[in-house]
This record gives sequence, structure tokens and C-alpha cells, in this order.
Amino acid sequence: MTRAGPDISQLRSASPLLAPKGRLAENVVHFVRVLRHAGLPVGPARTLAALEALDAVGLDNRTDFRAALAAVLVSRHEHLPIFEQAFDLFWRNPRLLEKLVAALLPKVHGRGGERADESAIPARLAEAMLPPALPRDRLPETDRVDLDAAFTFSAREVLQHKDFESMTAAELAAVRVMLARLRLPLPQLPTRRMTPATRGHRVDLRATLRGAIGGAGALAPLRWRQRRRRSPPLVVLCDISGSMERYARMLLHFLHAITNDRDRVHVLLFGTQLTNITRHLRHRDVDVALARVTAAVSDWSGGTRIGGCLGEFNHAWSRRLLGQNAVVLLISDGLDADAGQGLAAQMERLHKSCRRLVWLNPLLRYEGFEARPAGIRAMLPHVDDFLPVHNLESLTDLAAALERPARRMRGAREHGSSTWR
Amino acid sequence: MNEPAKSLHIALPSDVDAVLALLDAHDYVADRRLATSVFLALRMGRPLFLEGEAGVGKTEIAKVLATALGKHLIRLQCYEGLDIASAVYEWNYPRQMIEIRLAEAGGGVERGQLAHDIFTTKFLLRRPLLEALSPHDGVAPVLLIDELDRTDEPFEAYLLEVLAEYQVTIPELGPIKAQTPPVVVITSNRTREIHDAIKRRCLYHWVGYPDALRELAIVRRKCPRAPESLAREIVAFTQRLRALDLFKAPGIAETLDWAEALVALDRVALDPQTVADTAGVLLKYQDDVGALTPEAAAKLVADVQAEGIRL
Repeated sequence: MTRAGPDISQLRSASPLLAPKGRLAENVVHFVRVLRHAGLPVGPARTLAALEALDAVGLDNRTDFRAALAAVLVSRHEHLPIFEQAFDLFWRNPRLLEKLVAALLPKVHGRGGERADESAIPARLAEAMLPPALPRDRLPETDRVDLDAAFTFSAREVLQHKDFESMTAAELAAVRVMLARLRLPLPQLPTRRMTPATRGHRVDLRATLRGAIGGAGALAPLRWRQRRRRSPPLVVLCDISGSMERYARMLLHFLHAITNDRDRVHVLLFGTQLTNITRHLRHRDVDVALARVTAAVSDWSGGTRIGGCLGEFNHAWSRRLLGQNAVVLLISDGLDADAGQGLAAQMERLHKSCRRLVWLNPLLRYEGFEARPAGIRAMLPHVDDFLPVHNLESLTDLAAALERPARRMRGAREHGSSTWR
Repeated sequence: MNEPAKSLHIALPSDVDAVLALLDAHDYVADRRLATSVFLALRMGRPLFLEGEAGVGKTEIAKVLATALGKHLIRLQCYEGLDIASAVYEWNYPRQMIEIRLAEAGGGVERGQLAHDIFTTKFLLRRPLLEALSPHDGVAPVLLIDELDRTDEPFEAYLLEVLAEYQVTIPELGPIKAQTPPVVVITSNRTREIHDAIKRRCLYHWVGYPDALRELAIVRRKCPRAPESLAREIVAFTQRLRALDLFKAPGIAETLDWAEALVALDRVALDPQTVADTAGVLLKYQDDVGALTPEAAAKLVADVQAEGIRL
């Protein structure tokens, strides 16, 4: 553990009024640690404040006790559910700890139990209560956004190149943490709005005139302004059919991160039907957000009707989401249950409606990948970029690829299927 | 209103039926839900947010309201990059500069006084929003903020103050608040989602395509030169056309255009050839025009002439 909380003896010496409280101070320190592991930003100062608050309200009333701790330890609304659950577990019902162990078991032994919403106790909290058996220094504790700092070299190296599909539950959990920190920089586009700039191209008359009045002498220095630049909207269409399921579930963590990183990101999932999950992903807490997504989507791991779903997107959503130079990320393996029927026309329309269409395909990892299936052949002529998306490295590469200017290459790739890299 | 001077002022309608009658008197055939929204907007002093496909009469309602209530219409057409300088106010820089030069030439002007002098209403260019809040004739106008979805989020954020308080703040002059709030109509074609904060301050109404009877009433009213039988066929045809899987279904504006076109062509009844020749008046996407093959058009025309208007 790299960020240890204050030691109990330190606390006692720092705050003499705690001394007679016996085990209460220890319990509070422990409770704050649990919250910290669960992701709440509570430092040592909060521990002291919590003890002070408890001292002020007294221990007679459980509601007051709870409210006092919440007032001090929670500073964002989305942290409140975590606090509530942790409080219930920690202060009310010790037997729940046994259930926690049970909740953790499938995580350790199998690959099927990584979904947070399957147990009543959130996985994040469960992990926080019972530290995993791994040595602590292998877990990312750093706050840096940099991926490289999160892991020791060897572990990072392995995880960077490992296919999501072949990862164990523990590796998936580690990668999810890394995914949550990945950002997707898009090239900034000039808007029609102006911003003051020292080396701008247009005179800012208003600022110049104000300067002229305040200053001395007849000469007024010109103030300048230039066009403001801004990232374009991003629309993600993610395939959640059976063949894509594992990638889709991993990528949802990534999508959650970029949805909450900035404005103008829209995420839609499709299998046999299209679902807009942007609002569900907006929740800051990834566990809650993904639980909502799961509840909202009815066609997990079913078949794929790519053409039908793209048609629905073009019809119902494209005019609402693709204005203002949107970039579209289409995440799909291109394996279409309808064998590409009507797909080419819908892809063409989608391509013409957006600024840039990027197709991310996990199948592209195979050296001998060929565009045999009809769906893939129908889609390829209408994309601007065709990139793999099967491991962390490919996602990092994606960020680099998007920073390059878009190349419109309509029809350029209809022949020569082996030169796609 | 107990001021007899405002003879132009027409009393606000007292109930939904009065709104319906008022709109109808000015050739706007509204359905009851729209009339209710309009009534509430007038009664509660809230902006009316109209969203819907292009060509269903969103902008028209603001025009009709202005005429019917005897108010000026102030229109703010939105576009990307719309800023305060073109939407609210701008200082008249050339005049300010001349004023400064004159003051300096005259000599002996104190700087603080000069700054105070050149930022007065004399040098203020009033743009639509400011004009709507403090009209020069004192009668609160109808403010139409058209196609809000075309502008960007910063302008939306600016509108929040305007819509919530009916006031704008000019740093040099302080807040300017409307004596009587204007009637505000905001339209959006939904090319992007308007922020919830804006919608929350407004009464929301989705303007859909009209049903057959209402559309027939609109065609009769707006295109009286079309014979009754042709009008019925036109309405029946467009109603059926909207049921097809089109990228952009024809709006009322297209129906009326088509009626005018057929009258101009001296047609008294639909026939497949005419439909094919004038498809560009109704449909504005090549895919949609392509979907209306001669066979499909012939079938639709046959249906229309056999069944008439489907209710």
C-alpha cells in the first residue's frame, strides 16, 4: 500500500481528545481506509475531521452518527451509495462480511464472475473490505493518468499485448483500471467562436477600446482574437453480439471513461436492436453506470443485424448526433447475421453523414485476416480508418491514429485485401 | 391592463378554446395539444419550446402569434458561433473612437468621466435579444429564437439568464430587465440535443405531422385554389407517403408546395406520371425519390383514388 493512512498512535497524539474513546478511533480509521480503497478521495485530514465530528454529535444516536460521518467523508453525490453500503457493512451487520467472502469467490476462481452487478455487494466495495491476495505493489495506486506508471514493467508489458479474450479475471480487473484512465484525444477543430489571443488574426475592438481609455497617450495597442478550437463530437456504435461480448464488456469501461471525460460523447450499443446508453453511462461511478447499461440493454450476446441497426441509427439518430463534424467509432467484428444485406448502403450513408468513420475490429489482430465474410466486404469501402481493438496497446494506438488527420479513402480499398495494415 | 394608451394591445386569450379560435382566425390550424401549450406559455409567462421535423409549422406559430396578439415579431436566427455581439448588443466602436478623439482634441477631459461617457446607451447597438427585453415602443414583442440547435452550447448557456430572469447584463451598464416579459418561442429541428437546463425553463411541445383531417383543413386554408377533390387526394397521398420508410418524410410545407405545384400544372387529379414528375417537391433525398418508383407511385395513387382519405 503506497498511500497508508495515519497510524492510530499518531492520531492519538495529534488529537488528545480521542484518547479516552478507546476502540472508536481505531474503527473510524479502519472505516476511512475501507472507503479509501473503495475509491473515495478521503485522506488523513478527513479521518481527523471525522473523529472531531463524532466528538461533536456524540454517540447516542445512530442516525446522527451516520450523518456526521457522511457529512465529513462524502463530498460527491455519486460517492454516497458507496458510503451508505460501506456504513451498513461496517457498523451495522458484521455477518455481512461472510457474504463478502462469498461474493469474492467467483472472482478468484473463475472467469465468469467479473460483473459487478451480479451480487448485492458491489465488487469494488468487496475488494476494498478484503484486500486481495496479490502483493499490494502490483495494484495501481497512483493517481497519474499515465498508463505506464500504473504497473511494473513486466506486468504492463504482458497486459499491453495480451488479448482481452484470453485474460484471467484478475488480469481483466487490472486492465479495467487501466482502461478507466485511458483518454481519447481528438484533433481540435476551429469553431466560429472567437477567443482572445496575443497572436490572433483579428482585432478585438472591444478589448482594444477598453485598453485605449485606461492607458496613457494617444496610441492604443491593438488587442487580438482568434478562432476557438474544440474537439468534435464523438459517437460510438458498439456491437454487443455474442461474438463481440467479451470485448464489448471491457470496452464499456473505456467508453464510460471517455463519456465522463468531456462533453459531446454519445454511445449506442447494437446487437439485434439499437440502444442509446449515453445517459446511463453518465453516472460517475462505473459500477452503477454499467449496472444501468445492463438493465437497459435487452440483446446482450444475441445475434447481429448490423445493416438493420445502422439503418435505424441513420434514420432515427444520425441527424440528432452527427451534426457539427462528429467522428464515429464503429466497434464491430463485422460478422453479420443478415450476411451483409443492405449493409453497404447504410454504411455509405453513415460515412457521408459524419466527418470521419473509424472501424475498430478485434478480428484484425489475426495475421491472416481476410475480408471474406460478406458483412466485412460490404463495410470496408466506406470507412476512413480500419484498426484493431483487441488489447490495451491497440487502444493506445487508436488515440495516436485519431490524432492524424482523416483520410477520406472511399473506394480505395476495394481491392487488395492483404494490405490492410 | 388599465392603460388606455395601448390601443394596439390585444387581450391574451382566456382559455384554450380562445387560443384555438385566435390561431384559426389567422389561418393556423392547430391541434388542441399545441393550443394548450400556447395558452399555458402565454398565461404562465414561460418560453414555448417547439421541437419537431422540418416543415411542420414551428416557426409559423410565432409569426401567427405576433400578428394575432398585435405585437412585433423579433426573430433571432441561430447559427454556429452566434455570440453576444450579434445576438444581444454591441458597442458602436467607430462612434466611440470619434468621441474619444473629439474629447482629446477638446482637451481637459478627465479619463474616468470619458470612460463613463462613451459606455452609455447612445453608443449601444441593440441586437434582437436586447430589443426584445427593452423594446423601443414599450410593447413586449414576440421573440422567436429560431433553430436553436444550430448554435453551440456556449450560447445556450447564455440564454439561461435571458429565459429565467428576462434580463441581460451589460457589464458597463448593469442588468437590463424586461418590464413586461416578451412572448418567447424557441424552435429546434433536433440536429442535436438541447441541454436539459434550457428545456427545464420552457414548456416543451413536440410538433408532429398533422392527421389527415387537420392537414386537409390546412391545405384548404392555405391553398384555396386547389379543387376540393385534388386537395383530398394530395392529403391522402402524403399521409400514405409518411407511412413509408423514408429518410425524410414530407412535412406540411412540402404538402402545400406540392398542392401549389399541381395547381400550377393545371392538374385536377393525381396520376402516376405527375407524381413521378413532381416527386422533387415532396421528397428531398435521392434515396427517397428512388424509393418512389413508378410502380410504387401507381399503387399509392390507385389506393388513394379507391379509398380516399384514411381516418
